[in-house]
Formats: sequence, C-alpha cells, structure tokens
Amino acid sequence: MSRFRVRGKGRVDAAKPMIFTFDGTPYTALKGDTVASALLAHGVHLMGRSFKYHRPRGAIAAGSEEPNALIGTRRGDGRFEPNTRATVQEVWGGLQTTSQNKFPSLRFDVGAVNDAAYMLFSAGFYYKTFMWPKSFWDRVYEPFIRAAAGLGVAPTEEDPDSYASRYLHCDLLIVGAGPAGIAAALAASATGRSVVLVDENAEIGGTLLSEPDAQIDGTPAWDWLAQSRADLLAAGVKIMPRTTAIGYYHQNMIGMVQKLTDHLTELPADTPRERLWRVRAKQVVLAQGALEKPLVFHGNDRPGVMLAGAAQTYLNRYGVKVGDSPAVVTSHDSAWFAAFDLADAGARVQVIIDTRAQVRADLQEAARARSIPVRLGHTVTATAGRLRVKNLRVNAVSGGHVGAGTWINCDALLMSGGWTPSLHLFSHTKGRLAWDDALTTFLPEHTPEACVIAGAARGLWGVQAALNDGAARAREALDALGATVQAAVYAVAKDRTGTGVSLHELPTDRSASKAKAFVDFQNDVTAKDLRLAVREGMRSIEHVKRYTTNGMATDQGKMSNINGLNIAADALGKPQPQVGLTTFRPPYTPTSFGAFCGYHRGDHFEVLRRTQIDPWAEENGAVFEPVGQWRRARYFPQGNEDMDAAVRRECAATRAGIGMFDASTLGKIEVVGPDAVEFMNRMYTNPWTKLAPGRCRYGLLLGDDGFIRDDGVIGRLDADRFHVTTTTGGAARVMNMMEDYLQTEWPDLEVWLTSTTEQWSTIALNGPNVVKLLAPLVEGVALNEADFPHMSCVECTVAGMPARLFRVSFTGEVGFEINVAAPLGRQLWETLWAAGQPHGITAYGTETMHVLRAEKGYIIVGQDTDGTVTPYDAGMGWAVAKSKPDFVGMRGLARPDLKAANRRHLVGLLTEDHSLLEEGAQIVFDPDQPIPMTMRGHVTSAYATGTTGRPIALGLVEGGHEKLGETVYIPMPDRTIAAKITSSVFFDPDNTRLKI
Amino acid sequence: MTHFSALSLVKNALSGHKNWTEQWPEVEPKAEYDVIIVGAGGHGLGAAHYLAKEHGITNIAVIDKGWLGGGNTGRNTTIIRSNYLYDESARLYDHAVDLWQDLSQDLNYNVMYSNRGVLMLAHNVHDVQSFKRHVHANRLNGVDNRWLTKEECKDYCPPLSISPDARYPVLGGALQKRAGTARHDAVAWGYARSAAARGVDIIQNCAVTAIRRHPDGSVAGVETAKGFIKAKKVAVSAAGHTSVVMQTADVRLPLESYPLQALVSEPVKPVFPCVVMSNAVHAYISQSDKGELVIGSGTDQYTSYSQRGGLPLIEHTVAAICEIFPMFNRMRMLRKWGGIVDVTPDRSAIISKTPVEGLYVNCGWGTGGFKATPGAAHTFAWTIAKNAPHPINAPFTLERFRTGRLIDEAAAAAVAH
Repeated sequence: MSRFRVRGKGRVDAAKPMIFTFDGTPYTALKGDTVASALLAHGVHLMGRSFKYHRPRGAIAAGSEEPNALIGTRRGDGRFEPNTRATVQEVWGGLQTTSQNKFPSLRFDVGAVNDAAYMLFSAGFYYKTFMWPKSFWDRVYEPFIRAAAGLGVAPTEEDPDSYASRYLHCDLLIVGAGPAGIAAALAASATGRSVVLVDENAEIGGTLLSEPDAQIDGTPAWDWLAQSRADLLAAGVKIMPRTTAIGYYHQNMIGMVQKLTDHLTELPADTPRERLWRVRAKQVVLAQGALEKPLVFHGNDRPGVMLAGAAQTYLNRYGVKVGDSPAVVTSHDSAWFAAFDLADAGARVQVIIDTRAQVRADLQEAARARSIPVRLGHTVTATAGRLRVKNLRVNAVSGGHVGAGTWINCDALLMSGGWTPSLHLFSHTKGRLAWDDALTTFLPEHTPEACVIAGAARGLWGVQAALNDGAARAREALDALGATVQAAVYAVAKDRTGTGVSLHELPTDRSASKAKAFVDFQNDVTAKDLRLAVREGMRSIEHVKRYTTNGMATDQGKMSNINGLNIAADALGKPQPQVGLTTFRPPYTPTSFGAFCGYHRGDHFEVLRRTQIDPWAEENGAVFEPVGQWRRARYFPQGNEDMDAAVRRECAATRAGIGMFDASTLGKIEVVGPDAVEFMNRMYTNPWTKLAPGRCRYGLLLGDDGFIRDDGVIGRLDADRFHVTTTTGGAARVMNMMEDYLQTEWPDLEVWLTSTTEQWSTIALNGPNVVKLLAPLVEGVALNEADFPHMSCVECTVAGMPARLFRVSFTGEVGFEINVAAPLGRQLWETLWAAGQPHGITAYGTETMHVLRAEKGYIIVGQDTDGTVTPYDAGMGWAVAKSKPDFVGMRGLARPDLKAANRRHLVGLLTEDHSLLEEGAQIVFDPDQPIPMTMRGHVTSAYATGTTGRPIALGLVEGGHEKLGETVYIPMPDRTIAAKITSSVFFDPDNTRLKI
Repeated sequence: MTHFSALSLVKNALSGHKNWTEQWPEVEPKAEYDVIIVGAGGHGLGAAHYLAKEHGITNIAVIDKGWLGGGNTGRNTTIIRSNYLYDESARLYDHAVDLWQDLSQDLNYNVMYSNRGVLMLAHNVHDVQSFKRHVHANRLNGVDNRWLTKEECKDYCPPLSISPDARYPVLGGALQKRAGTARHDAVAWGYARSAAARGVDIIQNCAVTAIRRHPDGSVAGVETAKGFIKAKKVAVSAAGHTSVVMQTADVRLPLESYPLQALVSEPVKPVFPCVVMSNAVHAYISQSDKGELVIGSGTDQYTSYSQRGGLPLIEHTVAAICEIFPMFNRMRMLRKWGGIVDVTPDRSAIISKTPVEGLYVNCGWGTGGFKATPGAAHTFAWTIAKNAPHPINAPFTLERFRTGRLIDEAAAAAVAH
C-alpha cells in the first residue's frame, strides 16, 4: 500500500495493482488511477515545470482542466505523445511517463534561472527588446527563445495506430454525465427517443464520484449511480464514457472524440485508438458542470498547492490523501467540505483560512468538532518550499488593512476561489452570455442552436439542484421534440452546497510588483503582468490575453480566464462585462490530429480513381501520373526504355499504325431536354442550333470573365440530347458551373444534367490503320467519309457491345473514340488489342497524347491556358459564334483590355539551337536588359521527342500572332536561348491525315 | 513614447515596471480630421503610421468598430512571402518584404520578423510547371525564389515525408528563403504605438455606420456610433466589411467574403524549421516562437460572414498535414478559429482611389493580406497623401474589373495566396 493511499476510500481496485514509470522510476498504481492520483498516492507532487520561469509544479486539478501536470506518455515504439495531462491519463501496466521542459532533471532544472530574473521577463518583454543588433534576431535571439519555449518534444516516429470516424444521428444528445446529465438522460429514457449521454471521464457520475456520502431519495450516491447507469442501459440510452464533445457546429452538429485504447494494458487487435463522432442531434442538453477557480496569491503555484475540489476528488474517487497536514484557503464554502473529508480520513488539517469575515455557523461548528483551527477574514500572502509547499504566511485583514503575517506549516495547501460554469460548447454556438453579479460569473442567456443548459453550467450548485434542473431542462428539450414526460423531483440528503465570493488577487502586505501570484499557471502569467498590460494601454480582454498570453496555455483559460478578467476589470476600474470575455474555440480539450485524420491516411488520404482499363495498364508495366484524383498511365516502357524512348516509340507507332489510349477519365455530362440546344448555346461559345444530330463539334467554355475555362468535343445524339465531354480535371467544375447557371440564372430552361463520367469507358484509337481494325468490329455504321465523316457520332455496336462511337482526333490522325458501358471497358480494350496486333497496335499514355496534340497545336486547358487567355489569344476565335445573342463570357470578352492589341497569343516556338525549352520559362524580347527584365510571355508546353525530328514548344507571347518568324529570347540561369515564333501547328497543317 | 530597448527594460524592471506608459492612449474623436481611416487592422494603422512619418499628415483618426488588430490581423497564420508570378504582384509583395526586414527597428517594436523561408511543395506535373514558371519569372524580376529537388526539400525541412508511395508524392518545391513569419499582434500594436506617438487618434469600439458626401459628391466625413466626424479624406481598410462601408458612399466593390480557418497544436520544442505550403492538398504549416504548430487551410466553399468554420474542412486540413508530415499524427490540436476574408474576382487586392473624390480604398486581400501589410500600408498612405497612386500600387485599381486588366494570380498559378 502506498504511503498516501487511504484504505476503504475511492473507486480504485486494490485487487488490481499495476506498475508504471515516471522519469524511469517504477511506481505502483491501482486500476482506476490516473497518473496524477497514483503519483500523489506515493507523495509525489512535483510533476512538471512551467513554460517561462521553469518553476516546479504539481497537479493543481483532478481533471482535463489541468495546466501544470503535463507529461510525455509512451507505449513502445511509435507511440509517444507530449503534453499529456497526468490528471486524465489512466494508468495501465507498463505505461512509461516522463516529465517535460526541464534540464537536466525535474528536481534540478537550470532553466529555473529565468525565475530569478523574473523582473525582466514581464508581460510582453520580447516586444521591447532583442532588436539590436538587427542581425542577432535570426541568428541568436530567436533560436534562443524558441529553444526555451515549447513544452514537451514532438513525436518523431510514424504513428502505428489507426483512427476511425462515424456519423451518429439522435434525438437528444446530453453532454456531461454528472447528476444533471444523468437526470436528463433518465427523464428522456422513458420516451423511446434515441438518447446519447457522453462524458470525458472514464466513468460517468461527475460530482457524484467525489460525493459518496450524499443520499439521493434515500439511496447512497454511488448505489444510485450504479442503478441509474443500469436503468439507462436497459432503456437503450447510448452511454459513451471517455468521449469528449470537442466542438459545437452549425445546425446542432457536435464533434466528439472517443478514446478507445489509451487506458488499456493490452492493445486489442484491429481497434482504432480514437474515433471522431459527427453527431447530428435534434436537441442538445449541455450539462458540462463548473470548474473551480484558484485563488491568486504569492506562491499559489508550488507543488502541493491545489484546488480544494481536486483534493476532495483525489480522496473520494481515488482513495488518495494529498497530504498529512494540509491547510485550506478559500473564499467559498465548498473548500470547507474538502477539509472535513480529509480530516475524517486521518489528515491533520492545519488551518482553514477564509477571506470572508462571516461564514455559515454550521461550517464553523463542523470545523470545531474536528479541532481544525479557523481564521476568518484572513489572507495568505506567501508560501515557501522549493519542490513542495512547506508553509504559508497568513495575515489578518480588517478594513482593507493587511496585518502582520504568521507562518503556518503544512504539506499541502487547498484553495478555492469559487466556481465558474463551463460554457465552452455554448460559446461555440455563438451563444450570448450575461454577467451575473451575485455569482461573479457569466451565465448562458441565448443561443441560436436547439440546446438547453442544465445544472452547474448555469450556476446551480449542489447535487439536488443539478438533478432537478437536469430533469426539468430535459423536459423542455423533449417538449420541443413532441415527447411529454413528467420531470422527476429528487430529494438529496447530505447535499453539500454553498456560496462564496469571487476576488481578484488576495489582499497582501507585500509589494505588488514583487508578488508572484499566478493566474495562468502554465504560461506563468501573474497578476502583476495583467496589471502591467492594462497600464500599457491594453483595455480589451483580447489585448490583455494576447499581450500577456493569459488563457493561451493548453487549458485554454479554464483555470485562468475569470481570474484574469477580474484582475483586468479591477485595474481598469470597469465592470467585468465591459471588459469582455475572450472567445472559447474548439476543441474543448486538446485533441489528437489522428482523430481528425480518421481514415484519411496513406492510400486513403484521398480516393484514388482508376479506370476499368487501369489494371491492364498496370499489368503491362505502365508508369502512372496523378491527374486530379485519377491516376493515368503516362507511358508504357518496354525493356529498359526511359520516358523519352517510350514516348518516341509510342508516337511513331501511332502515326504509322494504330495507337490506343484510355480516355475514360475525360469528364462526361449528358445534357438532355427540350431546351438542351438553347442551354448549350448559352453555356458554350460555339453555335449549336445548326449542328445536326449525329455530328459533333469542339466546344469552348469560358468563365463570365471571358477567359477559357474548359473545352471538349460535344456530340449531338438527338435533337434534345448532347454528349458533352470535358477535361479530366475540369469535370466536376464544369458540372457545378452548369448546375449553377441552370438553377440560378435560367431556371426556366427544361434541361437535365447528369454526370456520366464513370458510366462510360472510353477508348481512343488513332492512326492510319484504324479503319482496318475497327470496320470489321462495328455494326450500325459504315466507316467511310460519306457515311461517317470526321466529327460524327453514332450509337452502334463495337465488337458486339452497345457503344457511342465518335470520329474525332486529338492527334491529327484518323481517330475514333469508343464509349461503352464502363464495366465492358477492359473487355473491349483487350478485344481491340488482340484484333489490332496485325495492324501494329500500340498502347500509349498521357505523355504521348501530349506530344501528338502539341504537334498539331491543340491546346491543353490549364497548361497552354491559365485563366487569362481568351479564345482569340489562343487562336480559336473561330470557335466563338458571331451571331448569338448571349453566352457565358460574352460580356467579359467585350471589356477593353480583352480586345487590346499586344495581348499574349499562343504560338509555336522553335529553338534555333534545337535545344529543349523548359515549361514555365519566361520569354523576353531584349535579352541584354538588366534585372528586373520586361517579360513578354512564357513557355507553356515543350517536348523533346516526336514526329518532327526536333524539340517543339508552345508559348504565350505578347502580340505573338503578328510576330511569326521573329526571334524571342528565353533567359535561363546559365544561358539565354533564342527561339523563332512559328505557327502553333507543327505537323500536317492541312489536315490531310484526317481523311480515311 | 517610451523608447523600447534592453536598457529601458532593465530600468523599468528595477522600478517594478510601474513607469511604463500607455502604448496608445484612449481618446475621444475630434470634430474634424484631415484623414479618417476606417479599420484599425495592420493595414489601416500602418497607413496612419506612414502618413504621419513620411507625408507629415498627423491630424488622422483610425476608427474601428472593435479592438485594434482584432480582425484578420490577429487571426491569420502570419506567413510572409513575395514569390508571386506577375510583375505587379511581385513588386507589391517584394516591397512589403523589403519593409518587413527593418520593421522592428522602424517601429521600435519587435514584430519578430523571422526569415525562416517558405517552401511550396509540388505534387504533380502541373504543380511543377506552375512553380517553375514562378521561379523563372521571379528570377527575372529579381525576386528570391528557387527550385528544390525533393531531396533538397527534405534537407531544408526534415519532418517532410518524400516517400514515393504517398498518395500525392512530393516532386520538388519552390523555396523563397527571404520569406518567413512575424508576430501578427505586434504588427498592429507597433503601428498603433508609433502612429499614436505622432499624434494619430486611435478610436476603438466605434462603428462607422456611413460615409457622408458633400452635395458635389466629394467626401464630407463619416457617421459613427459617436456621431458625425468631418474629414477631408476618408480611407477604408476594413477587410471583409469594406464592401458594406463603401456601399454607403454608393461605391460598389467586386468582393465576396468567405470563412477561412486556421488552427494551432499544443506547444512543443523546436521541430519545424520553416514554412511549408502545399496547394495540391491545401495546407500550410509553420511553428511559432511559442512552439505551437500553426496550420492554415483553404477557404470554406461557401460565402459567409460567420466566424464559425465547419468541421469537415478542418478534418481535411489536418489529414493533409499528417499526410506530408506523418510524425505529427499524435500531436494534439489546441485551438481552431475562423476569420472572414474578402476576395476579388482576380484574387488580387485593390489599393485605389475611387469615383468619389477624397475616398480611398484598400481591400480584397483574400487570404494573403498579412504578408502585404507594410507594403500595402505604405503605398496606401502615398495614394491618400498625394491623391494619386504610388507606381507600385498603380495597377491595383478598382477600374481594372471594368477594363479587364486583371492581375490574376490564382488563375495563373492555381496557387492560393
């Protein structure tokens, strides 16, 4: 039995001891312990060092609000995390923990020299210095500041754990399973509605876990708790312990993170470490309780100084006495009960110091009965003890005057400055708060979301009040759902409720400028820092917070916000609401990145789209490239070919025989309806009215600014039906744009849009031998110039498969695109592959596609255009209808700058020395000018190999269409390349090869 | 104004820090000013500083409906860079980066400008083409930016994963070494302190409700929560709310407002040496002096004035960060928040005169306003003082949306600012 464990107390399981280590030293713990409760059971209070002054610190709280006791936690390789709160981390057998922010050891830390120089490190000191000499900031000051800052060290290994996420819909979500939350769940459980009850702790119960002597309707609290839990489970209520509601989002969506394995000695196979829940609840009950406030006095941060409520929890829930001879200082009744519990458990309570001159008689009587000395109307002005508090200085206060101090020995100091309702999630909803003068705190007033607040979260203290309010508020929420219930009324005996006053700093006889009275413990923000900030003109609590870092520690102000506000308000001489409260933001407590990532890691980071033909490409050695979410075969190397060699071979084979290309990723949209042709006329620049069914046309889509957004071949299958193709990357964008116009601008048009990209497998066949291959396989149309000329489309069968056949070309060769139902894609591909062998069929990838199209001057939207290119710039004025009343981008095109001379035009570029240009390289007219140079364009596409026997390039050049034959220059880091402006068509300018 | 230095810090420490004075006083508005600036963010306060310091105009009020520096100045991820594609942008942002180098000394306020370098990762062929285009254009414009192989990227930023098996493997990156980060609050406070010391009135918590005009159409002053205030010139620099204010003077602006979210991790010891941006997966990351990983995401998809961001975008952003830096998976998010950014059709800012005589506007910075702060403030002050644009901001007119003379960085690069 460890020294401070109290036999018969607590909910820990004495029959299940475990060993864990802290800084290498093994300690025993019991099942149910947190790291903090287990260390305290051994009398270890020193658990960490503070951020700035490296002051020794112990646990001040017993829950997730802990700012001091932060440790590193490790479970073998890869499983390490810094800044874990020792007050939350459950012990499991073999857990390794380490202290942080110290060197060389926790007991002796050289960083504590900062503490001695604390006068220099006042609020905002770094804004006032480190400016001279200037060069020292990057090289000396900043590295020094950075090395001193931070708490634990980041993990260095890849995380072996997995994370999960789920959606959940329910009628009623109850956040917080203390008495208010449980009573709310009990009220709702009889209605048959779906109810979810969540709590961040390992077990439900909240305050009840620390109040075993209370009697609810005659039943001891813990028996009542067990029965209630059983009743709720029997009624189908989903109870989720170890689950933190981290954020409250629009329309009653609550994000929650459930911890699944961090408390287990043995990791179960295939279990995620954490699960993110996205809950959509019809009604929400927020019953998050209240947080106890520290008192602000010199030396309120030494190990052994902690919240009175925390000491009560360590005793009653964990069976741990935080000291043999504790003292108590308080401004609230609740700390008296902690003193009584400790005294009853065998501690010699040294003194109860209450800042109030008057305190309830029954409390004084109870103290007297336990022989505890009481000092009313007193203050604490100092504590002493390097690594553990050993005594405190107490002074009488009368009429604002602080009398002489006397020292009292103690081995722990329990403090309470009253309680603050926990309104974090309420604040996430942008809920309005109202200041309550009597309670000296903000209370919830109004929220736009469907939620109610119950219990201590709205300033109701005591178990009975919480139970009854939980039931009553749940009834309100259920009413809104149309479910009627009788709210139960609970009677609680031995309910230890109380009142108190809220202070700024405790009165002191010391110089205020020397007092180290901490408000934000982790960030070492003292009361005098807050007052300095106000003195320097920081009048808003937002400025005070940012200037001092008060409330910016990992507890996000849970310990410090209200004390900070009280002090700032006092310094400003203004009431608290006029100074304001900083905004609470998600997450409620620090939350693993992994939980947000969920399944979206590695291969699942984003979906990888593959075509039906992709497996064939993989089997045939293709090298792939990502294009949007798709992967596409880039080239098919044979033997030891590199990309250049493979592309050269694929190009030649296509121009000489047949090239086959998987074009399935092209976006496809079916545009159907009586107004389909009118819709097409308005969306695309081209005229569509006269396009006959069975014909297709190259379509150009602009943004409303007049610049090219997308392109593709569009077939008219019937009077009221178009088969629209888009670029691979633009498919979703074009679909959204079409829907946007159809729904918001032209709701009168009878048109239906269907994305069919994944309904079709598309195979492009190009080359002089294509007809020889295809003609025997096609039924329904004769493949000749008369029956099926270039730019035709037809529904037919190919190799017995129903198909949409297009005669189009993106290579300059005779070309067909065959669309078949997607699942038939590979079958068709292999049929064509086999049938094409005698004709020299070759599979090619996107790189060859790029080269072949560039030789013909066909653009790739997004590569040869960039969102600043008009159809005229691209040399495609022919695609813009001259007599249409309107189309998207027509007005944009009419703006003066879009019609100006000397715009950048798309042209061909041939280097004089036959070198390959780099895509993205800049073009100038005068190569001899100094930097900054006047740039006149850039290289958009450049290819080394192909049909023409020399590297070719496309580029956008100022006034390029009027400069054919002129020389421009491309200055590279090592040399300047000269290139001649040419037509963008490098191969077969008369399109003779398109003829069968 | 107390001069800040190590010496003054020691002296004041010895006297218990009781003798520090207000960095800017609380003042009531006067009846009339030469210039009223609407919006006390970095841009507005900076304009006041440069008007006073470089143009001798000190009868200025900077008016804000909230606390100074409380809008996007205090909400952004503090990334500073100038490797923009177009000449106009490169000059404006590089002007800002020039001013950043000495800003602490200029203001006598340590804004902690940190030359940590900004590395932009390329994950596909299109990224490579686009970033190389930037590198080439920057080189010829004299703007620092260079191409790194993926191995060089890893050397520069060791936590980076360059595994070829990643969903979007890193192919390389563009590094601007001169770029970095600064302490955002200090920028607002430093400008405010310097402007106030030169006689500028900073009026907080006083909403400007309308701009009033003379019968001849020119600016007369502003209506505020504290009554009418006369002004010879009015300059609006109110980010997401600029269009609302300008509407009262019958000036319509081509702005749309979107929520933009950011987050920080718990603080850890130094682990991340630079700034990394990845546009392909939409995430930005650096480590603050305090030790927090500072992470930004792209804008939400829908326009909104709500400063509550949604959960899905944050899930994606964190997943993107952990995809590139798998070792951060067990780090914890400490806090996330949202701001409202004002976006123009070409994703470039407007620093311009307006059709209303005596009315000036600086807006449309989208997600990239912080980095431009000194440059924007400096040229805006010039424009106000001389009633004519500085050569650097001359292209950033309101008129360009009528003429089509756009500066389309987003279209040109598919790069978020």
